[in-house]
Amino acid sequence: MAKFESLTGNDAAAHALRQCKPDVAAAYPITPQTELMHKFAEFVANGKVDTEVILVESEHSAMSAAIGSSAAGARTFTATSANGLALMWEVVYIAASNRLPIVMPEVNRALSGPINIHCDHSDSMGCRDSGWIQLFCENGQEAYDTVIQAFRISENPKVLLPTMICFDGFIISHTNEPVAMLKDEAVSQFVGVYKPDRALLDVENPYTFGPLDLPEWYFEHKRQQVEAMRNSFEVIESVGAEFGKLSGRPYGLMDGYRMEDAEVVLVALGSTCGTARVAVDVAREQGVKAGLLKLRAFRPFPIKQLRQALSKAKVVGVFDRSISFGIEGGPLFHEVRSSLYGGKQPVIPFVYGLGGRDIRVEQIAEAFKTLQQVGKSGAMDRDVEFIGLRD
Amino acid sequence: MPEKMVEIRWHARGGQGAKTAATLVAAVALEEGKYSQGFPDYGPEREGAPIRGYTRISDTPIYVHSAIYAPDIVVVLDPTLLDSVDVSDGLKEGGMILINSAKAPAELRKQLKIKNAKVYTVDATQISIEEIGRSIPNTPMMGALMKVMPILKLETILADVEKKFKSKGDRIVQGNFRAIRRAFEEVKEG
Repeated sequence: MAKFESLTGNDAAAHALRQCKPDVAAAYPITPQTELMHKFAEFVANGKVDTEVILVESEHSAMSAAIGSSAAGARTFTATSANGLALMWEVVYIAASNRLPIVMPEVNRALSGPINIHCDHSDSMGCRDSGWIQLFCENGQEAYDTVIQAFRISENPKVLLPTMICFDGFIISHTNEPVAMLKDEAVSQFVGVYKPDRALLDVENPYTFGPLDLPEWYFEHKRQQVEAMRNSFEVIESVGAEFGKLSGRPYGLMDGYRMEDAEVVLVALGSTCGTARVAVDVAREQGVKAGLLKLRAFRPFPIKQLRQALSKAKVVGVFDRSISFGIEGGPLFHEVRSSLYGGKQPVIPFVYGLGGRDIRVEQIAEAFKTLQQVGKSGAMDRDVEFIGLRD
Repeated sequence: MPEKMVEIRWHARGGQGAKTAATLVAAVALEEGKYSQGFPDYGPEREGAPIRGYTRISDTPIYVHSAIYAPDIVVVLDPTLLDSVDVSDGLKEGGMILINSAKAPAELRKQLKIKNAKVYTVDATQISIEEIGRSIPNTPMMGALMKVMPILKLETILADVEKKFKSKGDRIVQGNFRAIRRAFEEVKEG
């Protein structure tokens, strides 16, 4: 067994950030992200890392400070959750359109109301069109590993986009699990020193960030963001493969479990993928040829790879931990179904776990049975099913 | 679920150290070469409100991320919960329940109507008042747990408790050591 430490997801992410030696961090506390910044601030106070921590008065200011710092040429991160992300909203787009490689752990929490501090993905999903890369994590180990990879992905000159590392509030952020950490020097070598081609403080090569962009050029700049996002597929994969060589834990855009001969496949994000692995085993014992497709990259959304991975599936179920009011199923469902457009398999929506409602192995195993029945019935459509909802 | 997984559910009131106990036992298991998870049920933090904590220990990696509904072991840190919380809910047949109480196990077995599980009691509140100087039953309850569920070593718990409480001074560490050892010795089965 590898050398593990028992760490919460927040602590694991804080360690990864320390090892990446950011120049600047600007953040404002919000549950369940708070302990991540506590831990990081403790590292700074104890001299474990010499990051300049800017304590700001709100998340809008946190992202604004991160934008200024990143534009100046500093390796920069911030972290937030839910309403904090919502308060950042305006400048979240600006970080992406200014092509700033800011890294942001986003500890998933329901976007109220009524007020709820527990996990769902409604916060991250609101940012799906903001131009940020969004990578989802299954556990504390993946949160640690993904933070490290995020700097490499974001800072790649072909990408230069900010990355959000999404991990489930409490379920990952506050759960002690085994996390294998790399040595400080190994991480340092892997992420390298950040030397941006363009920086505000580079007075020899003056550049402007975020000026007024009139109709003559605005569209072209948006088109460049599209290209950067397209480039990021390959970079996410190559950085993930290189990280695999270093750690023994390779990463890609998605990950399958028992997919080889799977006929009934579930697509999901985050910590539920762990529970779903167990449910796949249970469903298989019950005679369902079940499989799991864990999506890691939600932005960029890997349409081609998803089609390929699901090509043999007879029925596809999609598990959303957020809701899109006024349309059946959540955001993940709509992306998956449109990716499979023209295919012959039914794609069925499920919504679960809003506001931290627990999701259990038996419930997912039951969803596999439902999907198998849909497959047998020949139906192509079905209204969204809410899992674990009180009658 | 992996066959050799042990699931522990902790019942306590906010402020009694259930989160510390749940995560510390997970850390100890990891140190002893097992896979583990430790986590609390979070709500708005209210001292005195009923809370639960969870620990999973397994020989193989743990993937499940849900709460524990069918525990092998239930640990109750506060006996006043017995009137308001169904602590033995879902307890597996042949499982065990360990309660911080001065009462005899047989008496609580009758009160909680427990048939197919072992019942243990230890007066961890009294022990912690005598040894640590205040009512903080979580560490003695860990000592008692090591006795009734001998899959982890008492020495590893002691070493981890020392690490955890070192900053609070030697008096606190030694008090916890005595409390853990006493509870280990004094826990009763019935």
